[in-house]
Amino acid sequence: MADFKEVSADAPVGEKVTVWFENRFPTAFDEYKKHLSEYYAPKNFNFWYFFGSLALLVLVIQIVTGIFLVMHYKPDANLAFASVEYIMRDVPWGWLIRYMHSTGASAFFVVVYLHMYRGLIYGSYRKPRELVWIFGCAIFLVLMAEAFMGYLLPWGQMSYWGAQVIVNLFSAIPFIGPDLALLIRGDFVVGDATLNRFFSFHVIAVPLVLLGLVVAHLLALHDVGSNNPDGIEIKATKDEKGIPLDGIPFHPYYSVHDIMGVSVFLMVFSAIVFFAPELGGYFLEYNNFIPADPLKTPNHIAPVWYFTPYYSMLRAVTDRMMFVLVGVVVLATLFGLAKSKMPGAMKGAMAVAAAVLIALMMSIDAKFWGVVVMGGAVIVMFFLPWLDNSPVKSIRYRPSWNKALYAVFVVNFFILGYLGVQPPSPVGEIVSQVGTLLYFGFFALMPWWSTIGECKPVPARVTFAPH
Amino acid sequence: MKKLITAFAMVLGLVGGAHASGNSFPLDKAPNRVNDMAALQNGAKLFVNYCLSCHSAAFMRFNRLRDIGLTDKQIKENLLFTTEKVGDHMKAAIDPKQAKEWFGANPPDLTLAARAFSSHSGTGADYLYTYLRTYYRDSAKATGWNNMAFPSVGMPHVLYELQGERKPVFETVSEHGHEVHKLKGWEQVTPGKMSPLEFDNAVGDLVAFMQWMAEPVQNTRVRIGVWVLVFLSIFTIIAWRLNASFWKDIK
Repeated sequence: MADFKEVSADAPVGEKVTVWFENRFPTAFDEYKKHLSEYYAPKNFNFWYFFGSLALLVLVIQIVTGIFLVMHYKPDANLAFASVEYIMRDVPWGWLIRYMHSTGASAFFVVVYLHMYRGLIYGSYRKPRELVWIFGCAIFLVLMAEAFMGYLLPWGQMSYWGAQVIVNLFSAIPFIGPDLALLIRGDFVVGDATLNRFFSFHVIAVPLVLLGLVVAHLLALHDVGSNNPDGIEIKATKDEKGIPLDGIPFHPYYSVHDIMGVSVFLMVFSAIVFFAPELGGYFLEYNNFIPADPLKTPNHIAPVWYFTPYYSMLRAVTDRMMFVLVGVVVLATLFGLAKSKMPGAMKGAMAVAAAVLIALMMSIDAKFWGVVVMGGAVIVMFFLPWLDNSPVKSIRYRPSWNKALYAVFVVNFFILGYLGVQPPSPVGEIVSQVGTLLYFGFFALMPWWSTIGECKPVPARVTFAPH
Repeated sequence: MKKLITAFAMVLGLVGGAHASGNSFPLDKAPNRVNDMAALQNGAKLFVNYCLSCHSAAFMRFNRLRDIGLTDKQIKENLLFTTEKVGDHMKAAIDPKQAKEWFGANPPDLTLAARAFSSHSGTGADYLYTYLRTYYRDSAKATGWNNMAFPSVGMPHVLYELQGERKPVFETVSEHGHEVHKLKGWEQVTPGKMSPLEFDNAVGDLVAFMQWMAEPVQNTRVRIGVWVLVFLSIFTIIAWRLNASFWKDIK
């Protein structure tokens, strides 16, 4: 423990109080310095760097509004729908709390998608930030679970049938599937038991995991330091005191900067909450204003927009698509056998593994492989740090055509998202199948394409124009 | 009013719960009267007289009608049964159990109809406005009525005495090489109590009320939103200048 500090009798009251606390709770002061006043962040952050702090803001909005919603909401299949309308009508300012929570759910995914995209283009997942990225991917996965379970709670038609469709997917898993689905629902169909357990997970279990991961994400980030748009390690050039020359204290520089971002974000957020809380049926789906009816299946069941790219990939896996996927496995195996320098025994094992995989792909229902593809689309992101072989981190210094490649990836993701909202159609099916192959191709072929082409010279110091 | 309720309780037919969907009948634009107190009050009266006999608006309390300019006394005298209290929810006069026994299905709750019927072809108000004005006689149906916006609808034409009976006039046009049966206009068979113009106006009021009822706070919400954005705009300017004054040190 640090030495006990003495303060002179005629010191100002403020100083006395500070020293009193400093002597009794030095951790708070050390952590404040470590994470805020003496955390040195690169000075060249741009627009893309607002979304991390905004994600934290939305998390706080969701927790605080959630606390108030739980005070009035009833997790009971007979009362849930009416209790939401009670919040909307009879609870003072209940409508505002509810709209903030429903808009917050979508806003969370908007800022998280933008935050992830920032990491993608500036190589923020590369050494030494692999764990920061992995914790982030885990946050995204847990957030999806949180949103999915929360969506059941209003107990509208879309809540009900969305949960029914997604939980039924688990029953496609061979052997354990039906029992697993039963375990998740707690009943043979989505019902009161499901609502109760989803409520429990949504308000306490998943948020605890989420908060833990957010803390891990931030601690790991502050250990290795932030990346920046140039993808340069600012710790490589330090002054005589050991402070990075291109680093500035997070507080006050980035705290005031983020307040500006928060203010602009809140303008967009409030515009939606106050003027268009349904946002054309995308944030609050129209069908969800009809109470859940287990006997009446809606004509068209679509998940909320933030799940639709993955939902498209799930629907893309049809029997016909399975032949394409088997072809992909065969080609990948042949390529691996021809190119790799593994010992013969390993190659034999690889061939056997591929043969077993193909046999399973031919024998198990395509629906199951759809689930695998949907899950894989998220899981593949965890491996990004080891897929990228480019000598530079940031897209700024990569070959120019990489920008076009990222553009294709983004447009493809939007198309998949759009198709997931639409009812199934023959053309949509083919487009989503091509889109699925593009999505996975981007990641699977990254070890190869990231090495192609000439990178531009990376400067020693960050590019920054004083403003 | 009670006479009306009894009368309409008698003409009730089967009420199917299925929603009109996959139906591409073009929707008329409902007039926007959600800020018009007189229209909303007239709509409330029509709703209580013609709809509330069978359909509940169970998430809505009668005394919320104060928001559209009615006093508790007016609500009590004009809109309530004697047994009801002004703070009660707007429940249908029909007992839901009996309704199910008599008609095979419960008439759906209408509190949120104007939101639930929204689609990408129009708002819920547009749908209701079109639906309530496109009833026609169809002897093939159990109730004797059919509807353009909601084919094979379970509900008979409740506003029949106001609109009278009309017959759709079709014409056959060729579109992209196909012969298409298209609605050309309507022919009044028997007149109602109201002229077509008066009837459209009354339905406009009724739909405006249902639109308001689906979200009674909507006008307040927009009003507050304007002030919130005014505040945030000023705050953004302050935050921007604050940021600039700190960052001028960074070279």
